Amino acid sequence: MYGYILKRIAAAVPVFAMVGLFVFSLLFVAPGDPAAIVAGDQATDADIARIRAAMGLDRPFLVQLGEWFWRLLHGDLGNSIFNSLPVMQLIQNRIGPTLSLMSVTLLIAIAVAVPLGVTAASRAGTWLDRGIMALAVLGFSTPVFVLGYVLSFSVSLKLGWLPVQGYTPLERGLWPWLRNLILPAVSLGFIYIALIARVTRAAMLEVLQQDYIRTAQAKGLAQRTVLYLHALKNASVPIATAIGIGVALLIGGAVVTESVFAIPGLGRLTVDAILQRDYPVIQGVVLVCSFTYVLVNLLVDLLYGVLDPRIRY
Amino acid sequence: MERRKFLKGAALGGMVAATGLPTLSRAQSRTKTLRFVPQADLANFDPIWGTQYVVRNASILVWDMLYGVDANLATQRQMVESEEVSADGLTWTFTLRKGLKFHDGQPVRTRDVIASLKRWQQRNSMGLMIRDIQVSIDPVDDLTFKWTLKQPFPKMLNALGTLGTPCPFIMPERIAQTDPFKQITEYVGSGPMSFARGEWVPGAKAVFERFADYVPREEPPSWMAGGKRILVDRVEWVIMPDPATASAALQSGEIDWWENPIADLIPVLQTSPDVVTQIADPLGNVGSFRMNHLYPPFNDVRARRAVLMAMSQQDYMQAIVGENPDLWKPMNGYFTPGTPFYTEFGADIFKGPRDLEAARKLLAESGYKGEPVTCVVAQNQSITKAMGEVTADLLKRLGMNVDFVATDWGTVGTRRASKAPPDQGGWHMFHSWHVGADCANPAGYVALRANGEKAWFGWPSDENIERHVREWYDAADAAQEKTAMDQLNKAATDCVVYVPTGFFLQYGAWRKNITGVTRGPMPFVWGVDKT
Repeated sequence: MYGYILKRIAAAVPVFAMVGLFVFSLLFVAPGDPAAIVAGDQATDADIARIRAAMGLDRPFLVQLGEWFWRLLHGDLGNSIFNSLPVMQLIQNRIGPTLSLMSVTLLIAIAVAVPLGVTAASRAGTWLDRGIMALAVLGFSTPVFVLGYVLSFSVSLKLGWLPVQGYTPLERGLWPWLRNLILPAVSLGFIYIALIARVTRAAMLEVLQQDYIRTAQAKGLAQRTVLYLHALKNASVPIATAIGIGVALLIGGAVVTESVFAIPGLGRLTVDAILQRDYPVIQGVVLVCSFTYVLVNLLVDLLYGVLDPRIRY
Repeated sequence: MERRKFLKGAALGGMVAATGLPTLSRAQSRTKTLRFVPQADLANFDPIWGTQYVVRNASILVWDMLYGVDANLATQRQMVESEEVSADGLTWTFTLRKGLKFHDGQPVRTRDVIASLKRWQQRNSMGLMIRDIQVSIDPVDDLTFKWTLKQPFPKMLNALGTLGTPCPFIMPERIAQTDPFKQITEYVGSGPMSFARGEWVPGAKAVFERFADYVPREEPPSWMAGGKRILVDRVEWVIMPDPATASAALQSGEIDWWENPIADLIPVLQTSPDVVTQIADPLGNVGSFRMNHLYPPFNDVRARRAVLMAMSQQDYMQAIVGENPDLWKPMNGYFTPGTPFYTEFGADIFKGPRDLEAARKLLAESGYKGEPVTCVVAQNQSITKAMGEVTADLLKRLGMNVDFVATDWGTVGTRRASKAPPDQGGWHMFHSWHVGADCANPAGYVALRANGEKAWFGWPSDENIERHVREWYDAADAAQEKTAMDQLNKAATDCVVYVPTGFFLQYGAWRKNITGVTRGPMPFVWGVDKT
């Protein structure tokens, strides 16, 4: 097991290197100039040129790339062009809200989607099944920002039950933390609920045809026990896979959700950095996101062994 | 067992929540906090290095200036107690007010002022002009310094009180000695509020705290002049990129003041019983459609005049602010309507019905034969996007072959600085807008200059314009200033230094429990209270 984990981590290193090279190259050739943005609208082109030189952006590509990789090897993601703060510090400031949003979204999505998928599979072909699947189609089709605005308008503005925007750190209490996250998590989780519910239904339908399920039913076990203990456990591998894939959806969706609900997370940091051409921040965030994605996939792979003892590494 | 664990966890969570809430509310009740949504993110905080308006607007809280402009556009003393100019106009002697302190408790001394002015000089157009004629700037003692020039500079006080970026903010000497093209890393100010650096999350939040040792002037506050008395304990800048979210947050009371709500949301805000909406800045903004004077067809004044002759400011303004006629005005010239020296002299081409046929004829005379015209339009700024679409339509009606480059503001910022030919990464035209305060006179109006290589993007070159700018700077009285500005307006129109697309206003919005909000070119927090 440990050997497998080490192998996977070692295999991820070239992935990070390629991601880094790709992002750095892309930003280098992309139009846009942070010096022009910093200089402001009143600046002359001479001012912009001097700022660009002071930032070191006028140096050759290979020099900048080499310096960036050298710093990266020392665990230094560099400093933001705009505020001189270390990129690592900016990411640390922003990762909490994003992880909170993703965690609550995952919890809500799994708690809602898995029972829906199990119910749909157990009532396959009925109106209930069709209704749940129609809901899943709606979930896939509704953009995050539309649902976000609808919830914000109805639940926050009209009913006054939850705040419109913002984020409160967990240190200030569980409820203050949670109440800022419920609406964003529901908005972001809607598509995720649809995905997991559909995968759960499909996996359960296959398992429910198995002989051991018929045996369990024949020996008089309650339907709930058959579904949740016998069938769901055996259907859980594809569900776990879908959850892992969905993390990528969450990272992408967080960008929009954080803007709609003014959550100061990594998504907004990324968008701001792209619009300002804050290269070190973009590079740092992309690396952190790719690292997270690789880590989640590794965890999902390891989870397979827990869910299905036949799988061993 | 599982159930018990869950219940334990839930109980613990409840305790955390129960302990968290009262602590927070007690802390909040002690501190009077004004939550403000600015026009943009405070991505950096050096008002000399980064000259964006949002940086200036935050900087006026943290750093004070020697002089300040009041609501009548007159320059008043601020950190200065008195000034004296020699009879030949070559020596200025300034004396600071007593008792001024920086946020680290150190007194404000002339060496701090001199270092700050030297840094500012390198980035501000008026500062550069003074530097070119400067002999020396020397301390006399801790409160008095002397500025010696080779020739008189009558607009000295205008320069020291300018609202245009970068402003001459006063910083401690050790900070002001930073290269003006490098960012400062210490934010010790001289203004009425200190910057809570530890709470700054670029892209999300910036916090300012009342500086107890600030010594305000005795006069009532008026824009950047007078007594800057802070009536709240904290000002929190909350960055909200989404206007709909800001609108909802203002209505629900989660924020107190929104600097520039978009025009589309004003009707919604006006239905809220708890929200006040008002024109935020009476000096408004001047829309700008800028052409590249280096390349055909716009290197020929006839092509530029053809565009000016055909364009309708009404089309541009309605595209920006909608149908509300209170939000825009035509401007027959280059200076901000409603300001003391506004003039329409020599600008008849702006007036009357648009003459498309005559414009087409003039364009043909300029030698234009259907070559592609590269119009670079930032789509992520509603104002430039709206103007770009009107321009594309206008040029097509004029018979021009428009190469419409839809991009973002960051790319426009880079591309407009390129002097390469338009088909090799350069450009023919882009859109922007200038705040009206900068366009009230030539002092901070860089877009009006026509000094070729040194001019703003488009690099217009026109000796008449430059001559009249100099005349304005040299003017000894208001009558001479008026004459210079009349002539300047005519020269700018004749040259079509750029195309002003109209004068437009924007709303500000705040909760009804916020008092003392002043209409002005930036959000002045002094005098604002929260009940």
